[in-house]
Formats: sequence, C-alpha cells, structure tokens
Amino acid sequence: MSPRLTLGLLLAAAPLSLLLAALSGSISVDPGAALTGDDPLARTLVFDLRLPRALAAFATGGLLALAGALMQVLLRNPLADPYVLGISGGAAVAALLSLLAGLGGLLLAGNAFLGALASMLLVFGLAHGRGAWTTTRLLLTGVVVAAGWGAVISLLLALAPARDLHGMLFWLMGDLSQPPTPWWGLLICGLGLLLCLPLARDLNVLARGELAAAALGVTVPRLRLQLYFIASLLTGAAVTIAGSIGFVGLVIPHLLRLAGLRDHRHLLPGCVLAGGSLLVLADTLARSVVAPQQLPVGVITALLGVPLFLYLLNRRGGGL
Amino acid sequence: MSTPLLTCHGLTVEIGGKRVCTGLDLDIHAGQRWALLGVNGVGKTTLLHTLAGLRAPQAGRVCLHGEDIQHLPRRTVARQLGVLLQEEGDAFPGTVLETALSGRHPHLGRWAWESAKDRELAEQALAQVGLKGFEERPLDTLSGGERRRLSLATLLCQQPRLFLLDEPTNHLDPHQQIHALQLLTQETAHQPRGLLMILHEANLAGRFCDHALLLFRDGETLAGPSDTVLNTEHLSRLYDLPMLALAGPHGPVFVPA
Repeated sequence: MSPRLTLGLLLAAAPLSLLLAALSGSISVDPGAALTGDDPLARTLVFDLRLPRALAAFATGGLLALAGALMQVLLRNPLADPYVLGISGGAAVAALLSLLAGLGGLLLAGNAFLGALASMLLVFGLAHGRGAWTTTRLLLTGVVVAAGWGAVISLLLALAPARDLHGMLFWLMGDLSQPPTPWWGLLICGLGLLLCLPLARDLNVLARGELAAAALGVTVPRLRLQLYFIASLLTGAAVTIAGSIGFVGLVIPHLLRLAGLRDHRHLLPGCVLAGGSLLVLADTLARSVVAPQQLPVGVITALLGVPLFLYLLNRRGGGL
Repeated sequence: MSTPLLTCHGLTVEIGGKRVCTGLDLDIHAGQRWALLGVNGVGKTTLLHTLAGLRAPQAGRVCLHGEDIQHLPRRTVARQLGVLLQEEGDAFPGTVLETALSGRHPHLGRWAWESAKDRELAEQALAQVGLKGFEERPLDTLSGGERRRLSLATLLCQQPRLFLLDEPTNHLDPHQQIHALQLLTQETAHQPRGLLMILHEANLAGRFCDHALLLFRDGETLAGPSDTVLNTEHLSRLYDLPMLALAGPHGPVFVPA
C-alpha cells in the first residue's frame, strides 16, 4: 500500500472514529434528532458530553503519537516514548499534589502542565551539564529523573488519605472522564504538527545518525533542541488533558512505520491521525464496555495495542 | 592555478589529549586526488572530520572557497563537500532508494519533495555502484559491502565538488575495491572536482591518487605528490616497519621487508 493511500485511509478514519464515539454509549441516540435539536437530551449527550470528550481524546492521542515519533528520532532509539524523559513524572507529581490539596479542574491541569515543564527543564539542565549533550546522556538523565519522580509518586500514594486515592490512581492510569475544553489541546496538536512538518526531511536524515545528518547539511544541535522542546510541550499538553496514557506514543509511530510510512513527511501527520483515532476508539470502549462504570482509557490502549503490535511485528519479521 | 576547493591554514587537531597534526597547511585543488595514510589510531578519521567541518580544530582554520567552514551554514557546506563516513548503525532502516535519495537533501528547499530528476540521479548512482535492482530492498537486508556501496551511491547522488572519504574500500572485496576507486577517479577526472580519502593500502594510494598526506605518530605530517611522498623511507617510518619497493605494472609496489 502506498504511503499516500495509507494517509488517505487514516484521514477518513478520523471523522468516522469521532462519529462512532458520538453515537455510542449506554444511551443510544438518534443522530437526526440530535442534529436538529428535536430531542434535547440527545443533543446534550452528543454535543455537550460525548463530542467534547471524543475531541479531547483525539487531541491527546495525536499529541502523544507525534511526541513519540519525535522522541524516537531525537534519541535514535525505537524504545523511546513521550514519557521516557521524565516529563509525565513531573506532571504526575504536580497533579497528585494538587489533588491532595483538593484542587481540581483548571488549577489541576495548569499545575500538571507546570510540572511537565519543570521536569523538562530539569532534565535538559542536568543533561546539558558542561556542554556535552549526547543522546545517551540525555536518555540516561531522563530515565533516572523519571525513576526519581516514580519514587515521589509512590510516596504520595502511600501517604494519601483513602478518599483521595481513587482519583489519584485514575489520574495516573490516564483518564478522560473530566477533560478540560478540547479546543486548546487540538490547537497545540495542530501547531505542533505545523512546526514539525518543515523539519520532516531533516528528521529522515537525522534518523541515519548525527554525523551523517551533519554531513548532509543538517544543523544538528539546533534541530535536537527544536525536537526536544516541541516534543516536551506536546507531551506536557497531553498529560495535562488526560493524565499519563501509556503505549500510544510508543506504538503508533512503529505501527505506521510497519505500514510503510517511513518518511517523516508521511509519518508525522499519520501519527496525529492514527494516534487520535485510536484514543477516541479506546475511550469509547473505556466508557461503554462495563457501562455505567468507566475504565481508565490507558488500560484499553494497552489491552488493544499490545496484541495488535505483536501481531504486526511478527508478521513483518524484524523489518522495524 | 585555480583557487583551491579546500584550504587548511595552520591546522592543529587534537583528540583525547593526543596531537593529530600541528600547524598543517594544505590546499586541495580541483582535479587532485589525495590519499590520507597512517597507522591505526593516529587520527585519520578525526582529521577528516575536521576537514569536513564536523568538528572544530584546536587552532587554525579550514576554508571552503576562502570562507571558514565553521562559520558557514551546514547546508551550504553540504552542497560543496560530501563525506563518506564509517558505518553507523541504523535505528530506523529505510529502503536502498530512500537512502540514496537522502544525498539530495542539501539541494532541496525546506518544503520541496524529491523530483523525478532527483530520483533519476539516485537510480543512476545505484547503477554505478552495481546496486541496480536493489532499490526497494530494506537496508537491514544488505551485506556490509553492499551497505558501503550504497553509502558511496548516496555520496555520488549528493554531487559535491569535494569528496572526503573515510576508508571507501572498507568491507569491499578486491574486485569491488578497484571498481569503487576507478569510479571515484572517473567522477573527479572530467569535472572540477577533487577528493581526499583515507586508505590502508599504500599501493592503492599510489595507483589511484596523485597526492598523499602522511600522518606520523608524533603529530608530524608530510604532504605532496604521490611519486615523491610514497617511497620506502617514508612508508617505513609511517608504518614503523621496514618496507621494500618492487616493480609493478602501475608503479612501485610496497611490501613489508
């Protein structure tokens, strides 16, 4: 299948996934009645509850998959994901502290974003050190800082009163049941993609190695800095919308590479579309599988993603 | 004589506290082919990277058309100067054609896609190194020698005026070694192009290069036309091994005594 056809299919899948999310749930709605406003309940369900939530899911998935693709090239490591550099850890600590302090809504989101930014600057400052900024050093610093955040998270959970625990755990597992308004997430996702697309051919070359990229005319230090900041901001935004959702950022870029989108000019928009659609579907399942109870969407992404990924990896046989 | 493609002024290069060269002055003119010779670990690759502007020298300057290469945008440098690096592992291997096409990167604008002409250049370069029919093969199914030839094709596709090559014959069988060096000779002979390559074989240097640069262990260098630089006295000192010259069809053949 040609890359353009794959992209076309993904472009068609995105609105379909949103439509499915808007129409499915514990109460079935008649789409016509919701659109015309004949049925106020249906209208509220679709336009005030389900669609905003689906759009927030789409933005989150797109942000995570795009950030994952960037991180994998930045670190030249197929195992890298948006969280590998401790960004979600910083956000999680800030979010849990806010939950403990009884904060919610916009304050919680704002603090999570600040936590992500603080962690990003910490890792960057530590890795930069005396001027050497190698990929390995950045990766190691990020992994160690993430481990530190992990310990703080465990400590907070151990000390938290029982009434807060449920909310904290849901936040940690990734949860879209109380998303802030989806528009700014979509905006950041779109802006991120616009910033990355002119760099896409540089990324193709950077994937071949830093010296090789420099020899082919890429200003590597500047490109790495751009990638680092864009990927961190995207991740910070995603964590703020939905907590930490694993798997999307790691797996979507690889799935698309296996499907033939190796050129970053195809891969990056593909990541936004596929990551967004996948998370919309996963979230729809999360709120309908055992309705009226809701599952954390992170559980669904992993349960769907793991077998799919392993199947594709085995079928292609090491073409990654 | 024309202005040199690349000039070094008083170039001093060190790596890990070890002196590679001191105050090296060198002009590489169009039409010249230079061999860079020295023992393992003497700093040949480090010097080549410095000449390519990929690392800064401790003192002195490398100039491309009179401008300090460290101050030129990398894209400008890459349109004039192509580097064949030693192999790095590929984290995300693409196909042979995609890799060869990456040689066009410095010539394309930010939003531009490779044109039919770029594709033609890449296919032609692949044919030149004997990789015709390999276009859609994934990179990780190639042998070491095939990867080396692909790197050479990528470089040809880049169409630089000056080639800097780090052991172009590495991983190649004798037939492919001669083919690659003949190809490089052709590419530089009829156009205003030049090359400098690291070789491990003084005899290939004598046969395919008209100039040689010797890097001795103590950071001293010797540069000049091959027929004056490549002799038993210099090579014995270079390799720390007594060398003998035998008469061969392409000039003297040097062997360990």
